[in-house]
Amino acid sequence: MLKITIDNITTEVEEGTTILQAARKIGGKIVPPAMCYYSKLKGSGGKCRSCLVKVSRNSTVDSKPTSKLVASCSTPVQDGMIVQNITSPEVLEARKAIVEFLLINHPLDCPVCDQAGECDLQDLSFEHGLETTRYEEERREFNQIDIGENIKLHMNRCILCYRCVYVADQLTEKRVHGVLFRGDASEIGTYIGNVVDNDFSGNVIDVCPVGALTDKTFRFKSRVWFVNPMNVHRSCTKCSGKAAAWMFGDEIYRITGRKDKYGELEEFICNECRFDKKDKKDWVIEGPRKIDRHSVISQNHYEKIVKQSIIKPLEERTEPQE
Amino acid sequence: MDRQILLEHIAVPGIETFDVFRSKGGYNAVAKVLKELSSEDVVAEIKKSGLRGRGGAGFPTGLKWSFIDKKSSKPKYLVCNADESEPGTFKDRYLMEHLPHQLIEGMIVSSYALGVNTAYIYVRGEFKYIIGILNKALRETYSNGFLGNNILGTGYNLDIHVHPGAGAYICGEETALLESLEGKRGNPRIKPPFPASKGLYDSPTVVNNVETLAVVGPIINMGGEKYASIGLGKSSGTKLISACGNINKPGVFEIEMGLPVEEFIYSQKYCGGISNNKKMKAVIPGGSSVPILPANLILKTAKGIPRLLTYESLSEGGFETGTMLGSGGFIVYDEDTCIVRNTWNLTRFYHHESCGQCSPCREGTGWMEKVLHRIETGEGRSHDMDLLVSIASKIEGNTICPLGDAAAWPVASAIRHFRNEFEFHVAHPEIVKIKDHGSIEKYT
Amino acid sequence: MPGFKIDHIQYKKNNLKVEFSADTLEKVEKIIARYPAECRKSALLPVLHIAQEEFGGYLSVDVMDYVAVILGIQYIEVYEVATFYSQFYLEKTGKYVIEVCRTGPCAICGGEKISEYLQKKLKISDGETTSDGLFTLREVECLGACGYAPAMQINTEFYEHLTVDKIDTILDLLTKNTNTEKPEGSRWTDKFF
Repeated sequence: MLKITIDNITTEVEEGTTILQAARKIGGKIVPPAMCYYSKLKGSGGKCRSCLVKVSRNSTVDSKPTSKLVASCSTPVQDGMIVQNITSPEVLEARKAIVEFLLINHPLDCPVCDQAGECDLQDLSFEHGLETTRYEEERREFNQIDIGENIKLHMNRCILCYRCVYVADQLTEKRVHGVLFRGDASEIGTYIGNVVDNDFSGNVIDVCPVGALTDKTFRFKSRVWFVNPMNVHRSCTKCSGKAAAWMFGDEIYRITGRKDKYGELEEFICNECRFDKKDKKDWVIEGPRKIDRHSVISQNHYEKIVKQSIIKPLEERTEPQE
Repeated sequence: MDRQILLEHIAVPGIETFDVFRSKGGYNAVAKVLKELSSEDVVAEIKKSGLRGRGGAGFPTGLKWSFIDKKSSKPKYLVCNADESEPGTFKDRYLMEHLPHQLIEGMIVSSYALGVNTAYIYVRGEFKYIIGILNKALRETYSNGFLGNNILGTGYNLDIHVHPGAGAYICGEETALLESLEGKRGNPRIKPPFPASKGLYDSPTVVNNVETLAVVGPIINMGGEKYASIGLGKSSGTKLISACGNINKPGVFEIEMGLPVEEFIYSQKYCGGISNNKKMKAVIPGGSSVPILPANLILKTAKGIPRLLTYESLSEGGFETGTMLGSGGFIVYDEDTCIVRNTWNLTRFYHHESCGQCSPCREGTGWMEKVLHRIETGEGRSHDMDLLVSIASKIEGNTICPLGDAAAWPVASAIRHFRNEFEFHVAHPEIVKIKDHGSIEKYT
Repeated sequence: MPGFKIDHIQYKKNNLKVEFSADTLEKVEKIIARYPAECRKSALLPVLHIAQEEFGGYLSVDVMDYVAVILGIQYIEVYEVATFYSQFYLEKTGKYVIEVCRTGPCAICGGEKISEYLQKKLKISDGETTSDGLFTLREVECLGACGYAPAMQINTEFYEHLTVDKIDTILDLLTKNTNTEKPEGSRWTDKFF
């Protein structure tokens, strides 16, 4: 086991653990934000730089600090490492810079974006962003392309985290989309007007940290904070069938995978569950899903209402007597 | 100070052929190491020589070699970085064009030292004729028994292949180069792991610059200690400097480290002074990525000590008043040069060459280019200089690879030393709107 | 400075039959053999260079798909790479691709004027092809010829220490060479691989 201290809190982790994973083990405010890293996708991380932290001591044997801030998502812990995240003004300054860079070409179209309310970029900006912009130049604009019957691509909103590419690589047989072109003209695309279509393609929506990939079946239907997430399941031959149904009254507005408190899917779900099963009868409703995040959706009042609700969590429910 | 190690035989007719090169003692180092030395001996010799990477970073070569994971069961690779694309740098091209066997000899010795049986030369795609020269030279080396199986009957096997790039400055970054060599986009890898443990095909790999590898043969011949005695202090040996810009004799020169910058610029043996009898305005001494210095600070440090061509002397004064030796791409600007225009030009280069993988570089380089372009074309605003310094400082140190720093330093240093020119541009749009306004000095 | 609207064309597959000649295929196999057997993808850059040379000077979707099949990789892996590197052309080019260096050291030695002169002479701007299909003009970043500035590259050849007169001579020579073959030295994939 390796000892690591992050923002004065010490914990022990196994060899091979990254600083970010160690921070998640500690939990709370000292966990660096992650826009591109996704623990379930091999090779992800290191790109957005929003998780940069300061290593003030490399290890017990090497007491020097690192010369630059390091990406906590891809830097392995060494024994005796001392890391500063929110206790380092330098880190907070860098994070502010990253937010600014991510936003200069972002359309800031949250009012019409389906991701608003559950958007990692929104959260990051809220916490670390400037109140105004220093960017006075023209914003980058991509022409709109479509990449599938049920998936909408808004390239202008993309932060090039590459997660959707890893999903296609690691979850599906044949990847048809990728990152094309170079530099700030890079874009997600298929190059030939292809469609991303396979049993698990819908997961690109769930892993997308922003509103670049959204669910067409939910398009403009409701703001996410007006719908109530429920844990639901069904028996499915393709996936575990464990999902979250976002409901308005008795109606299912959309189906997503179940996300943990870091916004990562607990399990990837198939497209049939996601796009085709929108009838309440298709699912066994387990009960309300607690959104353990600081996003707008969890600011909603529905949790208070749910407490007095007739819908009880599954484990508390008793079978009706016949 | 005119010691020639790499270019000693450059003027010999036919030196690009195996036979002539061999007649001048070429490949003696191969015979020596394969028959007399262990791989550890060779690494020790390079360590003793104090040789530092000639690609730009100046990292000690022997130390880099010692990091290679010897215990790994995977094959080990040596990759020669011939993706020379740093503006102002054209020394590797010169070396490969005229002395291809010098590089091949160095690669054989280095491969032996590292336990490598397959090596690649990654040549930038634009240098198509260089690829032809290298392939021809390799064929000669194979047919003379210095490459292939059982070299010189010693049982050592080595293959060297040439791999073409296709137009991407970023592939000069060693992990981007490895990605490119694997047939992928040139996106630099997240480190760790470093190539010494996981490089090409996840195998232990060493990536070295052309000039670094080319000097390995001569070092073995003369001995590491002897090489270390040449040059000055920790800047041992000689260095190729490619000089360009507004000078009388642009070209590639081999200098012994420690040569005064003033002598290099004004001596007829080297740059031959500033062209058209003009005054020197500024110099970027190590390829476009290093900080620019005004004439007074490139000739003498802030303390008034003459500046020398060594890693240490050029960086004297830190970022405030110093710069770096870098790759030795020496760009000289005369008094007519508009610093703003040139800074914009170089920033456009970094914007164009950013791979786009990490956000500070992808977004920041384009932002800086746009602001600089506005200033240069008479649309600048008074707060733009502070804004540029701020953007540069936010890119620097926060990116995956050094391209971010390389894009930030020229901007930050140009504003640091020539702020008045930027301010003039903002204050006098009517003058700078004229495209060929040149240096603003004549208007002030 | 151009606007910041990025209009990436959606390219189309035409399902044309694309096949290397037997000689080229043999050369391609030799290149693939330079890399470990399970790393055929490594040959992507050199093979794309050859394909571009053999199939009309640019990489159409059909050509890229053919290369993907040869190397046993997904089509998208080829598109990703072809769009990344500046030497791969995605649209038809002229017989001669003139690439003029626009970076710092060339720029201070008259590179900008060279580019302007070429545009005026050929009556095309950066990225365009003359109507006779002979010349494509591209401004490129540093060619590594800084000491011999201003410089340009036409297909495989470097032309350095450029002057207006020198450009006239070069273009005249290339224009007169009207046969369909490219001039000596330009078929570098034959010569150099």
